[in-house]
Amino acid sequence: MKHVKTLNTVKLQNTIKKGGCGECQTSCQSACKTSCTVGNQSCENK
Amino acid sequence: MVHQYRNNGYNIVLDVNSGAVHVVDDVAYEVIALYQEHTREEIQKLLSHKFDAAEIAETYEEIKSLKNEHSLFTEDAYENYIMDFAKRPTVVKALCLHIAHDCNLSCRYCFAKEGEYQGHRAMMSFEVGKKALDFLIANSGARRNLEVDFFGGEPLMNWHTVKKLVEYGRSQEERYQKKFRFTLTTNGVLLDDEVAEFCNREMSNVVLSIDGRKEVHDRMRPFKKGRGSYDLIVPKFLEFAKSRGQQKYYVRGTYTHENLDFSEDVLHLADLGFQQISVEPVVAGPKEPYAIGKEDLPKLFSEYDRLAAEMIRRHKDGKGFQFFHFMIDLEGGPCVAKRLSGCGSGTEYLAVTPWGDFYPCHQFVGNEKFLLGNVEKGIVNTELCNQFKSCNVYAKEKCRTCFARFYCSGGCAANAYNFTEDICGVYEIGCELQKKRVECAIMLKAAMQQV
Repeated sequence: MKHVKTLNTVKLQNTIKKGGCGECQTSCQSACKTSCTVGNQSCENK
Repeated sequence: MVHQYRNNGYNIVLDVNSGAVHVVDDVAYEVIALYQEHTREEIQKLLSHKFDAAEIAETYEEIKSLKNEHSLFTEDAYENYIMDFAKRPTVVKALCLHIAHDCNLSCRYCFAKEGEYQGHRAMMSFEVGKKALDFLIANSGARRNLEVDFFGGEPLMNWHTVKKLVEYGRSQEERYQKKFRFTLTTNGVLLDDEVAEFCNREMSNVVLSIDGRKEVHDRMRPFKKGRGSYDLIVPKFLEFAKSRGQQKYYVRGTYTHENLDFSEDVLHLADLGFQQISVEPVVAGPKEPYAIGKEDLPKLFSEYDRLAAEMIRRHKDGKGFQFFHFMIDLEGGPCVAKRLSGCGSGTEYLAVTPWGDFYPCHQFVGNEKFLLGNVEKGIVNTELCNQFKSCNVYAKEKCRTCFARFYCSGGCAANAYNFTEDICGVYEIGCELQKKRVECAIMLKAAMQQV
């Protein structure tokens, strides 16, 4: 496309099918103990 | 829902419900803003004074195609899915073990009140810790990866027990087909070669507490008699980070109203040689002199912008570093269920006191209203667990219309409770900072792709 550059190809709606396994890290076990951050975590079910 | 913003020269369009991120030119930015409420002809007319008609038409077709591909103006179809997801039987997969309710520092902002959590000084015994690990194994269902964080107070004040519990956990892995991921949070005062060697062998992540510049760190993180701790810990942390290959650790600081220019602290840590950095806003009641107020937000926003721009510059110069709150995984990030169902406190994640009581998370420890059970009896207060289970973004009115809900999962229940007396409340200052960080993080992704 000339006017739009899309940075990612993965669509969240597609993760409904096989998501929710729960093997990924609990958010507060990473660095933060005072805020909730999930966007930076990685899926372990790829 | 679409969130559009301009940052550091980039026009960014986030399609909230699909997670698609688009970097667009000026004409597309304006066409997207008008697209849902106006016809093609109206858009042509509204923008005719700014852009060429053929260019508007071409852009319109591109936007239409993105919408058809479900990458733009995607509907939120997740509410029923998340509500059903919340009803599933949950298992426990992570524990925060309060291995020591005592500390050798006297940090002014400590939510643990110098390690004691409104209670008395105490150390967790091996027996209590062992029962906690047994509880975790027994209640983790089919989950393979189990997380155990050694927290305090200062966990190195009870180091012998930490080592014994790691050894015990490892001894159970094969039998129960589990894999423990141990982590440790320390102020570094007691960090030595033996601790470092053990951590490098056994700990999947270590959080090293340091606030940044010497004067900032020492003002907030003194020893009990007032002397600062910076000079003691910095050489140890540098050596430790090097010994871990600059990976699987964070130097983690807290910024407050007293150092609103916190980007200087982040850059100071980078200048020292640390490559994994997290500096986060203090969470404190409004009466504390160091608490962050709404009036601080414009300054803090500009600090995040400044930090992001400087990170791009350093990345180009080969001196890049990671800033935890700007890390975002656009391709391999968590599924929708993870993003929208909350942090897991009170359900998948529990804190354990030195004497074996369970609380929804480390920040609730000491508040008896949130006592869930203990290592002997397990979870007793199931009603409270259910309240935490149902606390997701759809239970919070303000989250429903917020573009950042897929990145913060509805925020921290403890912060919400501390400011609104409701775990499903909203801590607005925290939300504003979170939104700014998400914007900067996405801008960084756009910028890095051009490097």
